[in-house]
Amino acid sequence: MRAFLTVFAKEVAENTRDRRTVLSALLLGPLGTPLLFTVMMNIALARSHESPQRPLELAVVGGEYAPNLLGFLRSHGAKLVEFHGDPATAVRAHERKLVLVVPAQIGERLARGAPVDVQLYTDSSDTSAGADRGRAEALLRGYATQLAAWRLEARGVAPSLLQAIVVDEVDVSTPTGRAVALLGMLSYFILFATLMGGVYVAIDATAGERERGSLEPLLTLPVARSQLVAGKILAAAAWMAVSLTLTVAAFTVSLRFLRLDVFGMATNLGPRVALAIVALMLPFALLGAALMTLVASFTRSYREAQTWLTAVVLVPTVPIMFAALYQLHGRAALMWIPSLSQHFLIDSLLRGEPLSAAAVLSSVGATTAFALALGAAAVRLYRREQILG
Amino acid sequence: MIVLESLRKRFGEVEAVREVSLAAADGRITGLLGPNGAGKSTTLRMLYGVLRPDAGRVLIDGIDGAVDGVAARARLGAMPHAAGIYPHLTARENVAYYGRLLGLGGAALARRIDALVELLEMQEFAGRRAKGFSQGQRVKVALARALVHEPRNLVLDEPSNGLDVLATRSLRELLVRLRNEGHTILFSSHVMQEVAALCDDIVIIARGQVVAHGTPAELMRRVPGGSLEDAFVQALGGEAPA
Repeated sequence: MRAFLTVFAKEVAENTRDRRTVLSALLLGPLGTPLLFTVMMNIALARSHESPQRPLELAVVGGEYAPNLLGFLRSHGAKLVEFHGDPATAVRAHERKLVLVVPAQIGERLARGAPVDVQLYTDSSDTSAGADRGRAEALLRGYATQLAAWRLEARGVAPSLLQAIVVDEVDVSTPTGRAVALLGMLSYFILFATLMGGVYVAIDATAGERERGSLEPLLTLPVARSQLVAGKILAAAAWMAVSLTLTVAAFTVSLRFLRLDVFGMATNLGPRVALAIVALMLPFALLGAALMTLVASFTRSYREAQTWLTAVVLVPTVPIMFAALYQLHGRAALMWIPSLSQHFLIDSLLRGEPLSAAAVLSSVGATTAFALALGAAAVRLYRREQILG
Repeated sequence: MIVLESLRKRFGEVEAVREVSLAAADGRITGLLGPNGAGKSTTLRMLYGVLRPDAGRVLIDGIDGAVDGVAARARLGAMPHAAGIYPHLTARENVAYYGRLLGLGGAALARRIDALVELLEMQEFAGRRAKGFSQGQRVKVALARALVHEPRNLVLDEPSNGLDVLATRSLRELLVRLRNEGHTILFSSHVMQEVAALCDDIVIIARGQVVAHGTPAELMRRVPGGSLEDAFVQALGGEAPA
């Protein structure tokens, strides 16, 4: 048997006996992340679904001056509360989301046909109030439009003359596309769980090996260092691949429990897409294993390696975050960037879009090339005397 | 047969090994004796190929380690100072891993491990995972590992460190047995009595240099009173009692 296969087989088998590795690779990542994701999605979906049906709660100051306005608001589903005190303070302290202040002169000014100033107190930094604010403004505008229409009619003018342009919004996003907007985080969860699967294997095979004093006898053997390093990287990659497969499988099952259909959404995550995701992610597992082996080989102890690799796990988020900030879409020019290209490909698969062969090839090719370069760097590191620490 | 020719090794400002030459012959036990920090471990690390000498040569059965390191090291069984074993593997699996890396396998490897288990009296713990092994048990596993490919030459760095009396004695018996089979054995120690009890040849090093070498009898003849301890102290540059 070639030496690297011996190293590979030993590192893979040995780690099945380590509780920490098994827990993090086979349980925490593959079960924890889909669970967390499903719960988060359910909360997000429930919130976006229920808010239009909830009655709009509106505190009113001076409501006694405008019984007609109050009647209009109530008839459109607003729940009105009489309010006394300083509106600005109450809104700032989050005691009230919205406070409407009606001036005492409203009856007199309306009778004269003069404009009336009402004040709507809100906190624009409070994101949870955003939807309510929009609804309150729409209701007040509706009341104003109605009054104006009556005034025009009373003077023999058709109210429709004021509507030169009517805007009708047509939402063209498909149900699947809308789900993907929410499911955009899914690819990151998969990348993360994949890397977690190999963390402890990579540490054990490098910093762990040195710390327990088994590295020096290993290096006295007539075996090329490249064989040792290749076996170690492949072992970490194999664990990552197992973790990846379990995670994608768990997502495939757990997304069925999301009531996406209720909201007119759908996902394409069936067995075929799941297999495609695993296949597209394999080069990334190799890259992750090479990176972790390289980084952990620099560290002096198991603990130090743990600290560093916790940071390394976050590295793939960086390109994805940039893409989200700049609203980048999967373009050929970006497909050579590892983690980002996998993110785009998974995204396309979930949207049910066809994958271009060029995109797949550049993702697989570039990621594998990066993995080989990092692997070569790790071999160089192991050829140095200082590797003994 | 192990020959070291004028080895030198420097780490930054520190000259760990200035000039070490020695020859360890077949069928003899050679002891590398010296105080802590004398350069014993550095010398042995150059011998088994994890450090590159700044100057000088390492010859194992005539093969230059710098020219053909793989062939040279294939003839060598090494037990470094830190000879850690894998806690999640059994004693047998630890030995088998090295056997496979050295190209052994199948029934031949299993038979070889059986023989080593018997030779080193490991029957009691051979099938147990190494986590929680005593120092004596760990040294036996490390020794079995170093011997798995039946090397002609055996190099051990402070092998008796941390062993109790019984374990030390069985280690000695083993080394004698291997010597009688014709193996070359080179081991380092800072304990004079141990070297005196076991070695056919002694090389004393201090401050990175060989300061004396010879059979125990030759070394004792050089000092009045004729004790090996006096010879050792004198070789290190101290005053031998008159």
